[in-house]
Amino acid sequence: MLSSLRRPSILPGFGFAFGITLAYLGLIVLLPLSALVLRASGLGVSGLWAIATEPRVLAALKVSFGLALAAATVNAVFGTIVAWVLVRYEFPGRRLLDAAVDLPFALPTAVAGIALASIYAPNGWVGSLVAPLGWKIAFTPLGIAIALVFVGLPFIVRTIQPVLLDLESDVEEAAATLGASRLRTLLQVVLPVLVPAILTGFALAFARGVGEYGSVIFIAGNLPFVSEIAPLLIVVKLEGFDYTGATAIATLMLGAAFLVLLAVNLIQAVARRRLGNV
Amino acid sequence: MQVRAQNIIKRFDGGPGNAALDDVSLDVGSGELVALLGPSGSGKTTLLRVIAGLEQANSGQVFFGDEDASQKSVQERRVGFVFQNYALFKHMTIAENIAFGLEVRTRGTRPPKAEIKRRVLELLDLVQLSGLDKRRPAQLSGGQRQRVALARALAVEPKVLLLDEPFGALDAKVRRDLRRWLREIHDRTGHTTIFVTHDQDEALELADRVAVLSKGKIEQIGTPDDIYDHPATPFVHDFIGEASSLPVVARDGSFWLGAERIGLPVLGGQAGQGRLFVRPQDVVFDQAGGIPAEVVAVRRTGAARRAEIAFPALGGERVEINAPAALNFQPGETLPVRFMRGTFYPG
Ligand SMILES: Nc1ncnc2c1ncn2[C@@H]1O[C@H](COP(=O)(O)OP(=O)(O)O)[C@@H](O)[C@H]1O
Repeated sequence: MLSSLRRPSILPGFGFAFGITLAYLGLIVLLPLSALVLRASGLGVSGLWAIATEPRVLAALKVSFGLALAAATVNAVFGTIVAWVLVRYEFPGRRLLDAAVDLPFALPTAVAGIALASIYAPNGWVGSLVAPLGWKIAFTPLGIAIALVFVGLPFIVRTIQPVLLDLESDVEEAAATLGASRLRTLLQVVLPVLVPAILTGFALAFARGVGEYGSVIFIAGNLPFVSEIAPLLIVVKLEGFDYTGATAIATLMLGAAFLVLLAVNLIQAVARRRLGNV
Repeated sequence: MQVRAQNIIKRFDGGPGNAALDDVSLDVGSGELVALLGPSGSGKTTLLRVIAGLEQANSGQVFFGDEDASQKSVQERRVGFVFQNYALFKHMTIAENIAFGLEVRTRGTRPPKAEIKRRVLELLDLVQLSGLDKRRPAQLSGGQRQRVALARALAVEPKVLLLDEPFGALDAKVRRDLRRWLREIHDRTGHTTIFVTHDQDEALELADRVAVLSKGKIEQIGTPDDIYDHPATPFVHDFIGEASSLPVVARDGSFWLGAERIGLPVLGGQAGQGRLFVRPQDVVFDQAGGIPAEVVAVRRTGAARRAEIAFPALGGERVEINAPAALNFQPGETLPVRFMRGTFYPG
């Protein structure tokens, strides 16, 4: 068994490196997750279900999943445009703009949260602009969605960029010589090749949005049933010593994350089969 | 359809620097197969792209037949363009790739579904890929992909077929097969065809006429025989086939290599200093006498040998010549050589 694992590799040290990899992944990733699942399994499916359908939990899950979905959708559209502009056009400041895309990644989420909350609050730059119209952004689900768009953007842009770079412009030129208009070329030639990357970025941004905590809690207002997100509810439950409840919600979110990862892998497998590595 | 490019000037930087195309004119007759040949950077691809409308010339015009195509968009020009790296649509099947040019037509001019399907199968047959219509580009070899690219270009019934280094990305064997095959297709379909290549064998073997480009200008255009046997400029002589050159003087009805007289007749009007271009077969070792030359190096090339010789009278200038394998000589020896042929360019 081990020898068959070993054979394909001509690099020395496979056994050692493989051992370290397994141990590391096991300790850092799998162990805590297994502990979580183990703990939750004490509840049983019906126990889990009972907690998940508590009105306040259900509302929080709806907020987290619904808004993450909305934010990822917005990003799928605008992130694609941003990636397109960054790859296709030469303009002064392009590198700077390109670097700025990573800011939501690099920034401590709390910093992002406070910054967002302060400009969208009723007395902030943007908040005070829309306040006369009777609109409120911060401390509403809209504010949460904005925070999620903010943290999700790099996922979309960074997954699409390499694919766009890889897409030779001669494919578009070929379409033009065959008589296809610019719009048609974009829709029928460029977009289909980007779809797997867009979907992957969408899934990643969605996963990030569902679990996002730091940048959201400041702008969310955290009103139960209105703008309370699931991760916050875990904290609330922990603070109230309701470990079982917290575990149950955590397990649900873990399951969701797994599903997203599965989806990403499926998308990529299908894309690889259809597009090949030409 | 006849294709004419007239006085094309194209600069990429927009400034007065070196032009990628410097006042180039090219006439291609209906049904002709013309090669644009030249070293990398000589402007071949740019000329092809200007004709296609993929690149806008700074000045000059392009005519298809009597019609001025200069102001027309790529889409309107209806050219078949084949790219070096195939540029196939990866997410479409082979059949969808070929049908693309017909499917994108506006409602009035688009052929009915059944007709498109029939044409696709016909073209697949023409490029000898019948049965592969449901595959995707990733499942084909390089040579097969290039054939799909050609079928796709032919599907729109182009006025002119333009190929940019069509075999550049393929290995030598496939290149040779495809070359012959392209000639057959051309003879069968009769499209006016222009193709770009930096491979002189390809150009000479395939084309009716060859245009040799250098530094944004056409140096010479003519049949392969013309180009090879009567190169018009030193550049063409140097670029086509193998050649070396020597500084000579034309005087008193003869060429002189230093103090040695070369037994080649001077044609009318040739006089003064210049360079004599010779091909490896133009100079031979001759025990009966000739100009003494020192053998610098000897290589084996297939059935014969290739000797690099230098003339003591001229310092470092060297010439490559063919030598029979049977002839026994070593580097360092001095042997007499005789000039059988050569082309003189004054200057
Ligand atoms: N898109 C471009 N931008 C700037 N310069 C270019 C571009 N395309 C070609 N050139 C320049 O124009 C000249 C001719 O190029 P090209 O037509 O591609 O030569 P060839 O096909 O003979 O190798 C080269 O000096 C090249 O650097």
